[in-house]
Amino acid sequence: MSEEENAFHHHARYRGDYPIVVEGLTNRFGEITVHEDLDLKVQRGEILGVVGGSGTGKSVLMRSIIGLQTPNAGDVRVFDKSIIEAEPDEEIGVRDRWGVLFQGGALFSTLTVGENVEVPLKQFYPEISDELRHEIARYKVLLSGLPEEAVSKYPSELSGGMKKRAGLARALALDPELLFLDEPTAGLDPIGAAAFDRLTRELKETLGLTVFLITHDLDTLHEICDRVAVLADRKVIAVDTVPNLMDLDHPWIQEYFNGPRGRAALTAQALDELRKHMDLPIAEHAVKALDNASSSKDKA
Amino acid sequence: MTGLAEYELHEGEGGAVLALTGPYLVSSIGAVDEDLRSLEGDIAQVDLSGVSEIDTVGAWMACHIATRHNATITGASERAQRLLGALEGMDSEEQIAAPRLPVWSRVPEAMGEKVFNARTGVYGVLSFLGSLILATWSLLRNPRRFRMVALVRQAELVGVSALPIIGLMSFLIGIVIAQQGAVQLAQFGAETLTINLVGRITLRELGVLMTAIMVAGRSGSAFAAQLGTMKLTEEVDAMRTIGIAPMEALVIPRIMAAVLMMPLLGFYASCMAIIGGAVIGDVILGIPFWTFLSRIQEVVPTYDLWVGLIKAPVFGLIIGLAGCYHGLQVRGNSEEVGIRTTMAVVSAIFAVIVLDAFFAVFFTELGWG
Repeated sequence: MSEEENAFHHHARYRGDYPIVVEGLTNRFGEITVHEDLDLKVQRGEILGVVGGSGTGKSVLMRSIIGLQTPNAGDVRVFDKSIIEAEPDEEIGVRDRWGVLFQGGALFSTLTVGENVEVPLKQFYPEISDELRHEIARYKVLLSGLPEEAVSKYPSELSGGMKKRAGLARALALDPELLFLDEPTAGLDPIGAAAFDRLTRELKETLGLTVFLITHDLDTLHEICDRVAVLADRKVIAVDTVPNLMDLDHPWIQEYFNGPRGRAALTAQALDELRKHMDLPIAEHAVKALDNASSSKDKA
Repeated sequence: MTGLAEYELHEGEGGAVLALTGPYLVSSIGAVDEDLRSLEGDIAQVDLSGVSEIDTVGAWMACHIATRHNATITGASERAQRLLGALEGMDSEEQIAAPRLPVWSRVPEAMGEKVFNARTGVYGVLSFLGSLILATWSLLRNPRRFRMVALVRQAELVGVSALPIIGLMSFLIGIVIAQQGAVQLAQFGAETLTINLVGRITLRELGVLMTAIMVAGRSGSAFAAQLGTMKLTEEVDAMRTIGIAPMEALVIPRIMAAVLMMPLLGFYASCMAIIGGAVIGDVILGIPFWTFLSRIQEVVPTYDLWVGLIKAPVFGLIIGLAGCYHGLQVRGNSEEVGIRTTMAVVSAIFAVIVLDAFFAVFFTELGWG
């Protein structure tokens, strides 16, 4: 391979079925075992929601996959490359193919939003001209649904929801194939959360992303997740679509999806579906009936 | 797979056709970026049919060329079309870096800002001192609210844990003064005056001054950094909402610790410096160690000790005040913590040295020369 070819060598898009494969993962912190012999496969092109009670190790699982947490046992392969065998900061050719949105956005506070987006570009592709890099940064910020003015603002000047979007813009900087989102809608108002869900879905479809999404938000699960992985008892106890999960006979799953909040999210989802067919005469009655039913339930 | 992004310009129907071939990805575009931008002449079509892979960066490039040359994009794959559609209307001229003024207005503006900041800084410290006095007053009326544990903890951090470093520093300074002094005084045959030199200068000036600089560096910076971080993580706000006054819980114990520990540390530092001098006296000048120490009693007037001990708590107050004030001024981001910590240390040391000069004149006028 000549030197020039080497300089501009690139990765072909991943064509396999499972960009993330976790096998026999065990994580211990002192006496506490968070994961034991955990298996999980993420399919290419899906949005996989990860749910579980507090302390079941959702974030630890994500940190294990992206190589920030070395597990006690097991293997994690991303794009068929083992993350575990690599040293924490060693270059193994996957870090430029994923984007991570941390819970608080984790923006570099001394850089503007635009400069934040430029950081990964500078790190991996210094050969890109300043002009193009600025252009990329600008359209990524717009693509994440932020207004134009946000580009030159500092993170401290942004609201919580805007910080998340700015974090998303940085996660998308390198056109990743894989996107990790850690509770993207936590702390957002319902309108902002719904907008963020829509954005995630749209981006996934246009950019052809695979999304690993940790969430507590039942609406997010119903709206945008193709499949949901449930973490409990130190394992992934089930991975399936939401309707299939609701049929499972596990106390935590039942409590989660069929509890009051779970039902509310489900009703909302059903109402949305029905409203799409509002012009059908029968649907209008059904919507009213459902609306009444849910409001009387709330009163009770 | 490795390949290179390439392009070719050829004549086709209705004008020039720019055919892009190979992968057009963020990882491969660097090779053709500059060339594509500097293309001159009319281009009627941008042909993407030879593009093997494309991402938003490639699509952006195609879009960019098409808009600049007023060309149409042809041969786009389904994915390319989706990406082109998503990028529509994403043009922006917004600056990436925060807006910056030209040099001729930036420098005067920065200068003016410094002057204003200095003024508000002085007001700020004075009003902080005022609220400190008020808080102390209300604490004196409700002594049960006083936080003894916090005070003891801070006294340990400021005082006890500083003993080794301050002791070593003072000991070495004593050695240097005695040794250098002896060399100079020997020219007049007055080596024995070394004892006066070491005794008076350490008790009066250097013991307390060096200790103040050390405490400002050790504890003043710690106050500022800790309070600044607490401010950033909203801990200070949380305390306020629970009804705990940060002044009482955070500031008073720290400043009191600094005020109480400074005289003790200053005296300790002077003693260590005298011991250092006595060691050198014994080794170089042939004055026995114990003789050196007992001569100190005879040649150093008691008011020299008082001069040092009166200055020390004032210096402690300044250090504590600067540290806590700057810590609580932190807002925004982590960089601010660093800036404020630096300011706390620099302003504390500066104020200590200025005040020390005033004290020197003041005590001499009192007749304590």
